[in-house]
Amino acid sequence: MHVQQDRSRRWLLKWSAASAAGVAIGGALLPNFGISAALAADLGEGDVGVLNYAYALEQLEAAFYTMVVDSPYADISGDETALLTDIRDHEVEHREFLKKALGDGAIPALEVDFSAVDFKSRASVLGTAMVFEDLGVGAYNGAGKLIENPDYLLAAGKIVSVEARHAAAIRDLLNPNSVSFAGDDVVDKNGLDVAYAPTEVLPKAGPFIKTDVTANSFM
Amino acid sequence: MTLNQNTLLAGVDPEITERLVANRREFFRSSALKLGALASAPLLLAAASQQAFGQDLPAEITDVLLFALTLEHVEDAFYRSGLEAKGLIPKQYVGIFNQIGKHEAEHVAFLTAALGPKAIKRPKLDLTAGGKYADALTNFDTYLTLSQTFEDLGVAAYKGQAGNLISKDDILTAALQIHSVEARHAAIVRRIGGKKSWDGAFDEPMSKDDVLAAATPFLA
Repeated sequence: MHVQQDRSRRWLLKWSAASAAGVAIGGALLPNFGISAALAADLGEGDVGVLNYAYALEQLEAAFYTMVVDSPYADISGDETALLTDIRDHEVEHREFLKKALGDGAIPALEVDFSAVDFKSRASVLGTAMVFEDLGVGAYNGAGKLIENPDYLLAAGKIVSVEARHAAAIRDLLNPNSVSFAGDDVVDKNGLDVAYAPTEVLPKAGPFIKTDVTANSFM
Repeated sequence: MTLNQNTLLAGVDPEITERLVANRREFFRSSALKLGALASAPLLLAAASQQAFGQDLPAEITDVLLFALTLEHVEDAFYRSGLEAKGLIPKQYVGIFNQIGKHEAEHVAFLTAALGPKAIKRPKLDLTAGGKYADALTNFDTYLTLSQTFEDLGVAAYKGQAGNLISKDDILTAALQIHSVEARHAAIVRRIGGKKSWDGAFDEPMSKDDVLAAATPFLA
């Protein structure tokens, strides 16, 4: 898959209000990227912008679950370990898939900040996981209409339903055998899941990302 | 039911139509678990969601929505029947299946409203697939297997059709929103069955023909 630039859609948004480029206090470098990513990153235009947007979210998720698996919370069950390890592997695959697809158009590795997460606490870890998964589902659902190339739309579709599966499983860990897996907080009265515009997603993801991500010409 | 009356098949390829008809004949005498075409969805929801879409949809969009509505009818009937079958669903899972069934009914209502006069009513169904799953509504393991089949099929079906909706932003978004709900359903049903909630990092799409071939045995 190779992404074509498209200049037909433009918009302006800014991922993180914090402009702490170069500052990495409390941040963790993403795995598999040896370089510091403390430079500002712009998502780019058109389909490149949308895929970079997805790539940024997948970087965030992959980094999160890598930490979760590397330093599991107390009394983690075998079921939970297996599930969280699978999810980590999926997010890494998503990240690498998008990175490869974007090629030279990919934003750099982002620097993350999980200082708000208590990795020793099951509630904190699974609560954050739920936020990320639901956010991912909503982000892909909302970004689908921004994609112009059907091949990329399909690729996004192949990822988003796996994110939804993650969301349901994580929700079931938090509230076993309840309706939470597809609760009324995320599925509306028409049976429709969340769909968020990038302008809704970015403020929610921003606190976890140190790198200044901009979308100066995205959409 | 003659072919002409079978609105289910509107918008479906002639070849598939022939297969469906042949199949229906084959299983025509299977009396078990036949479901009549019941009243369609709540009017209130229908009215609400109709506002979201324009009246004149292009044929290729209508085809996708009819295809989706067919699958939703099957799912809706499947969960209604399961929830009505006394003792089938263990108590601790009734809430989950109620929630899934609620969503499928909402999908039927939503797609029915989106299609307006072109919408189809629920087709006659045979949840035993001609006897292959004779204990579909008496054995929870069988019921779970079918539930997972329908949910994973739904995910693959919507995914396969997304590209055909690319020209209609609002409908594409709604289809994606249903798609991920089906994935949430699939995940929990697999979990109840002691399976992983996923097959891997990427969910594969299915073509309309393949999906219909899989669903055909359940059409009475």
